[in-house]
Amino acid sequence: MASLDDLKKRIASVKSTQKITKAMKMVAAAKLKRAQDSAEKGRPYSEKMNNIIVNLSKGISDKENAPKLLSGTGKDQIHLCVVMTSDRGLCGGFNSNIIKKAKSYFSKLSSEGKELKIITVGSKGNDQLKRVFGDKIIENISFKNSKNANFFDAEKVSKMIIEKFQKEEFDICTIFFNQFKNVITQIPQAQQIIPLKTETDDKDKSEDYYEFEPDEDEILTNLLPKNISTQIFKAMLENSASEQGARMSAMDNATRNAGEMVDKLTIEYNRSRQAAITKELIEIISGAESL
Amino acid sequence: MGEEFKLEVVNPEKSFLLKEDVTEVVVPAFEGEMGILKDHISIISFLKPGIIKVYSKTGEEKYYVEDGIIEFKDNNLSILTSSIFNIKDIEKSKIDEMLRKAKEETNRDNASDQVKFLIDQKIEVLKSIN
Repeated sequence: MASLDDLKKRIASVKSTQKITKAMKMVAAAKLKRAQDSAEKGRPYSEKMNNIIVNLSKGISDKENAPKLLSGTGKDQIHLCVVMTSDRGLCGGFNSNIIKKAKSYFSKLSSEGKELKIITVGSKGNDQLKRVFGDKIIENISFKNSKNANFFDAEKVSKMIIEKFQKEEFDICTIFFNQFKNVITQIPQAQQIIPLKTETDDKDKSEDYYEFEPDEDEILTNLLPKNISTQIFKAMLENSASEQGARMSAMDNATRNAGEMVDKLTIEYNRSRQAAITKELIEIISGAESL
Repeated sequence: MGEEFKLEVVNPEKSFLLKEDVTEVVVPAFEGEMGILKDHISIISFLKPGIIKVYSKTGEEKYYVEDGIIEFKDNNLSILTSSIFNIKDIEKSKIDEMLRKAKEETNRDNASDQVKFLIDQKIEVLKSIN
């Protein structure tokens, strides 16, 4: 059995860990509020953008000559996967969930004999993927220096992706990120951005006649790259909200566990203290009796 | 009543402006300035650098934009842009800064004609605000 002193030290150390996790939880909660706000505020933009694109692609008469970003290269041999993770750890299963989702997709691809290329956004994803898929990672981007997700960063990523697409380095591009549902649940998502999948609602079959200025093709060619930035930005916003949410619940758990541990250790400490006193008493009494 | 429609300006970070009672909006569309009144036909168009003028009962507001897309449908005008400033709030130093950057860009050789045209536009508009 550990001595009284050891127990005391352990209790103190667990308590200080608990203080740290508690503080981290508070910080995450404050950041979560902000990240959630900006994720919600960013939604109208991406929704509107999506609407316009859906309307536009409905209006395109000549599907053959549609911009490649919309229609694809016609092949699906080389897949580019953009795995978006956080730059910091201590956020529970946040990163592992994305990686798990991505890995299962990767193995599906390789079983189908497709070629795989990976871009990692965020250093944690890179750390976890480089061991197994190190040779597949073509690019690693990290935004450690920017405090919040901003559109400028998203544009940098999308420019790089579009450049690679124009050089025909890949046929299909999918992004992986966590969608923020609530503090406890984040859903890892795989979203294909090139070629663009437009979900047309059947119920919304109203005949939309639009006037275009300039013509549809030109608008689409200009709009599609913007849409990719927007989608990536949306993913970044969702991701940062999810990260803070995951960290908050992970730290909440850690604080609770530390509390339980302190309780258990305190009971053990008290027991051994009492045992020591009893032992001393017995010694004194038996010493006195023998006189 | 009857002459008003809804205007919504969004940028990637947030909903920038929402007004229910605008009577006319003049936007710098790609092929020239375009005024939009109520019951305009559905339209999608691009913006080039310029000034958006919003007229409502409460008066006139001016915004500087660099790019964007507009969609008008069922008397809802949505403007999507990544760079928009209210001219009242914009500081002179910032305009100078943007002017300087724009001028730097024109001096680069690899810019295409279209890019150059857009930058020229930008410089002109910025100068006019200044």
